[in-house]
Amino acid sequence: MNRVTIETPETDRMVLNFGPHHPATHGTLRIILELEGETITKATPEIGYLHSGFEKLGEDLDYNQYITITDRMNYLSPLCNNVAFSLVAEKLIGLEVSKRTEYIRVLMCELSRIADHLLNVGMLAVDLGAMTAFLYGFRVREDIYDLFEAATGTRLTTSYTLVGGLIRDIPDGYDKAVLQVLKEVDEVTNDIETLLNKNKIWLDRTKGIGIISKDDAYSYGISGPLARAAGIDWDLREKEPYSSYEDFDFDVVIALNGDVFDRYLVRMEEIRQSVKICREVLEKMPPGEVNVDPDLGFSLPPKDEVYNSIEGLIYHFEVTMPNRGMTPPVGEAYVPTESPNGELGFYIVSDGTRTPYRVRTRPPSFINYSIFSKLAEGHMLSDVPAILGSFNIIAGELDR
Amino acid sequence: MSLKETIASVKESFSEAVLDVTECSGEQIVHVKGDGVFSILQLFKDEGFDFLADLTAVDNMNLGGFERFAVVYHLLSHKFLMRVTVKAYINEKNPILPSVESLWKTADWQEREVYDLFGISFENHPDLTRIMNPEAFDGHPLRKDYPRKGRTERIDFPQVMRGIKKENKTE
Amino acid sequence: MSSSQDDIKSNILTTTIESAVNWGRKNSLWPMPFGTACCGIEFMAVLAARTDIARFGAEAIRFSPRQSDLLIVAGRISLKMMPVLIRIYEQMPEPKWVVSMGACASTGGVFDTYSVIQGVDQFIPVDVYVPGCPPRPEGVVESLLKIQELVDTDKLSDYELSNSK
Repeated sequence: MNRVTIETPETDRMVLNFGPHHPATHGTLRIILELEGETITKATPEIGYLHSGFEKLGEDLDYNQYITITDRMNYLSPLCNNVAFSLVAEKLIGLEVSKRTEYIRVLMCELSRIADHLLNVGMLAVDLGAMTAFLYGFRVREDIYDLFEAATGTRLTTSYTLVGGLIRDIPDGYDKAVLQVLKEVDEVTNDIETLLNKNKIWLDRTKGIGIISKDDAYSYGISGPLARAAGIDWDLREKEPYSSYEDFDFDVVIALNGDVFDRYLVRMEEIRQSVKICREVLEKMPPGEVNVDPDLGFSLPPKDEVYNSIEGLIYHFEVTMPNRGMTPPVGEAYVPTESPNGELGFYIVSDGTRTPYRVRTRPPSFINYSIFSKLAEGHMLSDVPAILGSFNIIAGELDR
Repeated sequence: MSLKETIASVKESFSEAVLDVTECSGEQIVHVKGDGVFSILQLFKDEGFDFLADLTAVDNMNLGGFERFAVVYHLLSHKFLMRVTVKAYINEKNPILPSVESLWKTADWQEREVYDLFGISFENHPDLTRIMNPEAFDGHPLRKDYPRKGRTERIDFPQVMRGIKKENKTE
Repeated sequence: MSSSQDDIKSNILTTTIESAVNWGRKNSLWPMPFGTACCGIEFMAVLAARTDIARFGAEAIRFSPRQSDLLIVAGRISLKMMPVLIRIYEQMPEPKWVVSMGACASTGGVFDTYSVIQGVDQFIPVDVYVPGCPPRPEGVVESLLKIQELVDTDKLSDYELSNSK
């Protein structure tokens, strides 16, 4: 590596290659650590091990096709990505979706947030030697996956939204199933907190580790739970509400110290807030259509019409065929959303054809990760998994 | 100060560098010349835009625009709850922009990404190396003249054979 | 006399070394998950409570290639990652098997782009492919059973020459 500054390692100085395939990196991160004994003197993250050319691919796919690609970007909360991309395409076109669609999207985003935070806390616990929290969290995650499967048809790569709506409405009796799962989430959240909050080992390994200061958070563009744990009162759901978030009552969770423990606390409390939002969404869920008027030429016709009538089939082809389909106006749009990791934004430049001219994702993982080397310096080697775990880096989103 | 007033003051202070101010989908976009972008962004930062939300680039080869490349800065003001887009244009012969890493640390990696994928260089950047692609990679994949399926890079690896036992089996 | 014959009957089992070894191998596969993307998350679900692969004796996950005999390539492999994967495969001791989990590892999947390897089988030998994007946990379990079948057909005689190189 040409970025290693130690020329001739002395007795207690060494260079350690952490990753790219290390169990604590949960994917494909690589960090080149320079150590003095066990203390880190320099940490150089090396990324790009999952670079898949999302943005190049987006230039060849039309707007609805690209939604399937966004699933694979942040695979812990794919529905948030779906929603974010649909929102930017709708903003570009100027479509207004129905209240019901917006509410369902909020419900799905919040369920994703719960699933994401549970996994993150669980994996952080595993990395620090506490297996139980992971198993507890994963059990409820499976139940949430069942909810996703009931609504979208798949567990992970959901592709649930369309430009101007959803692929289908939520099934009958969905609210009861969701409420049941939410009850379990409440219990599991309490269980995990009982296990960890006063656990001496957990406290020793997370408190005072990897502190992000407020100024650094602004300068490094940190957003999401990391910024809120550093004391920044900033939640896009509250400050720049999208998809009817202004209709719901929830608290923005902030902590003051900005260390690993505070990030964990913020995530746990955000799970509770998300549960609250989900309950409120189900209570207020308005009736109505989930797709915009088909005559506008943007939404696909219902599947029974496609399979059972020639008009429906022709219409379906009119929307999806390569030389037909929707053509948004020339222009550009940027929509920021609050994904579980922070500000997830999509930036589209359209040249008026059916495919975007340029699709850019503002990836929270990538931007949050850039502060890592600063945080790791001065800590012990065994603190690296703690800091990494609290960042919740999703390699798919990091490298795209 | 409202966004319009801020933009007006930027326009006044840098009348030479500001090419145009447009509005698209409700967003204010300030089009500027590449070499003047640093002082314009500094002014925006002093006016309260404390957060560089996103830094990216667009290759205008087939789209048309002031120049071949536009580097796009999405700024956010936490205080005033405003967003503004600044687009800095540069030509393809000499794609060099001043780095804004000294204003926002977040620009460090994002400028490296733009350098890697578009081949746009940034002056005064502390470590301008490829970030996504291998260091030996040739070309800049997000340029419009780079094929989506790549050239030969993705088949350019040695093939590992099975151990002796499986070879025997096939014979 | 007769009692000792009964003892022999109930305590001694005759078999061939081959089937004994294969029996042991197939019921204690040590997987090494090379999880890079979405499939890695589904692989975690395979390990967790609901689809517990401990039922098939394959729960001893090893992140060191030198301790494992089953490589599960889960996720898309990029230009930068391919040399790493090759190196990890080469570090695994023989006999070894490879599962290519999911569309991306098998064919590149939806990512027909400059930086994604269009199927890892171009460069390393793959024994079982699991379809799906990502595959359901049940699919991964099925692939494990297929690998067990393969292990069962292994011939010890194939290994005699393995040190001659």
